[in-house]
Amino acid sequence: MGCRDFFAVCLLLVGAVHATGKLGYPAPLLGETSPGSVWPQPHTVTASPQLYTIDIQAFRFEYLQTSQRCHVADEAFKRYQLLISRSGIKAKFHDKYSTSVISVLPVMITGPCEDMPSLDMKEGYILDVGSNPLLNASSVWGVLRGLETFSQMIWEDPSGQAVANKTHIIDEPRYAHRGLLLDTARHFLPVNVILENLEAMAYNKFNVFHWHIVDAQSFPYVSTVYPNLHLKGSYSSLNLVYTPEMIAQVIEFARLRGIRVVPEFDTPGHTYSWGLGQPGLLTTCYTGGKPNGDVGPINPTVNSSYTFIKNLFTEVRGQFKDKYIHLGGDEVPFDCWKSNPNITTWMAAHNMSGDYAKLEQVYIQQVIDITGAIGFSYIVWQEVIDNGVKAKDDTVVEVWINNHPEVEMAKVTALGYRTILAAPWYLEELTVGEDWKKYYSYEPTNFNGTAQQKALVIGGEACLWGEYVDATNISPRLWPRASAVAERLWSPETVNDVDAATPRLHQHRCRMVQRGIPAEPLHPSYCVFDWMNRK
Amino acid sequence: MLRQLFFVISIAVVALANSQRKLSLDFPTPLLGNTSPGSVWPQPESHVSTAETFPVAVESFMFTYASKSNKCDLVYEAFKRYGAIIINSAGDQKLRFRPLTTPMLTGLEVNLMAPCEDYPSLDMDESYALDINSMAVATLTAKSVWGILRGMESFSQLLWESDSGQIVANKTNIIDKPRYAHRGILLDTSRHYQPVNVILENIDGMAYNKINVFHWHIVDDQSFPYVSSVYPDLSAKGAYNPITHIYTIEDVAEVIEYARLRGIRVVPEFDTPGHSTSMGKGQPGLLTECYTGSSPNGNYGPINPTVNTTYTFIQNLFTEVKSSFKDAYIHLGGDEVSFSCWQSNPAINNWMKSHNMTGDYKKLEQVYIQQVLDISAAIGYSYIVWQEVVDNGVKVKADTVVEVWINNHPDNELAKVTALGYRALLAAPWYLDYISTGEDWKRYYSYEPSNFNGTAEQKKLLIGGEACLWGEYVDGSNVTPRLWPRASAVAERLWSPETVNDVDAATPRLHQHRCRMVQRGIPAEPLHPGYCKHEWRN
Repeated sequence: MGCRDFFAVCLLLVGAVHATGKLGYPAPLLGETSPGSVWPQPHTVTASPQLYTIDIQAFRFEYLQTSQRCHVADEAFKRYQLLISRSGIKAKFHDKYSTSVISVLPVMITGPCEDMPSLDMKEGYILDVGSNPLLNASSVWGVLRGLETFSQMIWEDPSGQAVANKTHIIDEPRYAHRGLLLDTARHFLPVNVILENLEAMAYNKFNVFHWHIVDAQSFPYVSTVYPNLHLKGSYSSLNLVYTPEMIAQVIEFARLRGIRVVPEFDTPGHTYSWGLGQPGLLTTCYTGGKPNGDVGPINPTVNSSYTFIKNLFTEVRGQFKDKYIHLGGDEVPFDCWKSNPNITTWMAAHNMSGDYAKLEQVYIQQVIDITGAIGFSYIVWQEVIDNGVKAKDDTVVEVWINNHPEVEMAKVTALGYRTILAAPWYLEELTVGEDWKKYYSYEPTNFNGTAQQKALVIGGEACLWGEYVDATNISPRLWPRASAVAERLWSPETVNDVDAATPRLHQHRCRMVQRGIPAEPLHPSYCVFDWMNRK
Repeated sequence: MLRQLFFVISIAVVALANSQRKLSLDFPTPLLGNTSPGSVWPQPESHVSTAETFPVAVESFMFTYASKSNKCDLVYEAFKRYGAIIINSAGDQKLRFRPLTTPMLTGLEVNLMAPCEDYPSLDMDESYALDINSMAVATLTAKSVWGILRGMESFSQLLWESDSGQIVANKTNIIDKPRYAHRGILLDTSRHYQPVNVILENIDGMAYNKINVFHWHIVDDQSFPYVSSVYPDLSAKGAYNPITHIYTIEDVAEVIEYARLRGIRVVPEFDTPGHSTSMGKGQPGLLTECYTGSSPNGNYGPINPTVNTTYTFIQNLFTEVKSSFKDAYIHLGGDEVSFSCWQSNPAINNWMKSHNMTGDYKKLEQVYIQQVLDISAAIGYSYIVWQEVVDNGVKVKADTVVEVWINNHPDNELAKVTALGYRALLAAPWYLDYISTGEDWKRYYSYEPSNFNGTAEQKKLLIGGEACLWGEYVDGSNVTPRLWPRASAVAERLWSPETVNDVDAATPRLHQHRCRMVQRGIPAEPLHPGYCKHEWRN
């Protein structure tokens, strides 16, 4: 009860309970551990104990007279009105704070409306909750982030009233690229599961869905130019595919939440399933002068490979609205290329006998050229650079190998490339206990480099590779572990105290559960609204 | 039509498919759809089938009794359940493809050769015989209702969906019985409350895996969700939330009835004298006050074994528990008893001095345990304890069952416990809360419980095992996919013959079984890259 007055005080109390540690067992996280706290923590929060009643049943958002009116914001108003009215608070509305009831949050958008989120979007906002409440942002994306923050600030006071503390927030993200990778090739993920996780991404201010849509195991992407790719390469062409309509639905759902959808079409390795529907695309492997029935990476020595890539990526470009495509480029084995006499002959003719990294470079550079000509910007996995392939200056390099990623970050940024960090945040790797603390504590800028190099770090990604997850278990495996990464990428570097974060993260986890995301528990605990509890 | 042994064919096909693709693939071969259609998990003791299949008349399928069969409510309820499962197994295509020319399998005739029983027990007979041949009606014969339940589960698993969407069954003869009598799953409702519907969902999962004991670790340090009518303050003050996070008498009865109908025992655990912090909240004076120097420091330790009120409390509570939980067994816990608080308490030290046991806290523990055993026995309970009770040298009654959980040479512990003549349960290799990346089910599957030094008589004292999913990191949001199909590996280890232990042979069957659970509404997680013919949709 004492915790309800003011959440700064509350944090202290919870901290004290944790610190005693005399229990002989882990102290459980009990219900509302940090009511009204915001995850990820905003840049600057000035809160006071003074409470305002929020009229959650009749709550609405209204543009200021001078504000831009944008469709994306209109849709967000509807979503957040619903979310606030369903916040689980019984809301016995009485006039306890009659002079301080907030039933409208005025919204001011100072810049022009934008339709598609981008790497350059402005996500900053200023939020005032008090006698003159206002959400002010220069773009519609800032409004989205501010609405999410506002919705998290509402809590239930002991009398059952929905309240928010008088608060002034100035917020903007630390990094521009805050991504989540989902893999729909090792296991197919139904569209409703993808949408559920986009919803959760919005609750955590993630702004990139890195869609690892195809891989060696299956090709669920429906291409209208090359329909055999999914007809022969998907797990089931009847129901385990993504049609153009489904993809458009995912992109639209994400767009309305300020989330970019960056597709990954990983080549030249990781392409076994592609070959099933596109004969001649992959390299034929040889044993003792004869094809052995196996296939390797895409054959980089024939023109048909590049015609295919160009046609496919042109289609992809027309569908996925984001400026970026992820070109993959990881884990390219050279042994099949080495075994193939035609490739060896071609390499001799091009003065690169035996230099398979050079062959990879030939491929990657052509793909990059094709991609650039189509109008795509691109991200690649770190091996492309590690193998000495010269990529274009504007390439974004994603660091994933978790063997001294700080050394790799130093190297990639020293070469002048912009960088995304994923290595510490491979969420499919499981250990017993509270691994979110490890994710939370990893500081992306902890590498040797100049300030200029550090500025080349544009963000990071939490990756949940699909070998062991599908619709049955993906959401609880992802949340709230990915939330730790979300705060690392949004909040200031100084927000890095695991103990201070724990009660807020428990609160946030419970909020996600209450909103319909089956986020798993951090620790022994309960939520006021536990998942599937019918009581 | 081919008459060769079906399972030999199917395994060979899978092996061939694997070897064809393995040559080149530098990635794990996915498990594609129906990897072992019509296979049974856990594998029966004897399962002979041929490639000949009979279409199943899904919509009109009938369960009937043989003319001389006993008829029981419990079997009738199972007819209804499995009728629904069979209808649902037809997926989306059940209304298409009605072959009229081939002989159809139109029903299952059940022959129960013994009187009805109401509650499953450690001694129940779960054996059965099942036959599907060219007759239109398959037959299931058993010496108890429990065998009928197990046989119906096997029968339901024999049905599979052909490429044309027709549900079919192979010509099959199964003779089956479990290897071990106690095949348990522990769920912990104290670290996190598990909603009743989540418990029921997992009892369904247990039935699909022929697990026959739900070990309900119902209370612990963190919370006391069990509602006692004798001591209502226990949940009023010890539950996480005394209104929403509790198990009422009705909830407990619902769980027990649901489990009973599926031949699953519900064994509650009331762990004492440690692991009892939440008990102390509603029962002042029960726990030992810890001291620093000569004054209480505000902390509490294990139950105070030196005062009579403790034993009155235990007797009243367990008497109530005995009447709500119908099983002959209670689990008394007894693990991880810390002596430091007892050591700090002057009243306890005085008591020990006057009872000539100064400084011997194991002896004090023994005093407590023995009194609790006496009380439990007087109430009519048989009991299970965690291994420390015996490790600490506490002399327990000869009929005590000892559960081995410490995963540091559990084989040595089994040798020791059985050499002392106690019956034993093995849990140590199967702590499912210890998660790691990848296919840990293979490790669970490969652990052979009888691999310890001991005589044949000692081996017989091993009556089974338990897969334990402790609750620190699971609740309604994730408990079910974390449990299944990992617990299925333990289920087969405990049911099937010792010789059924080949991980590679088990893989396609387990994938098929996992997909079957998904289709039946259990969100069992994937083993490996791949897909199910009917994937989970939420």
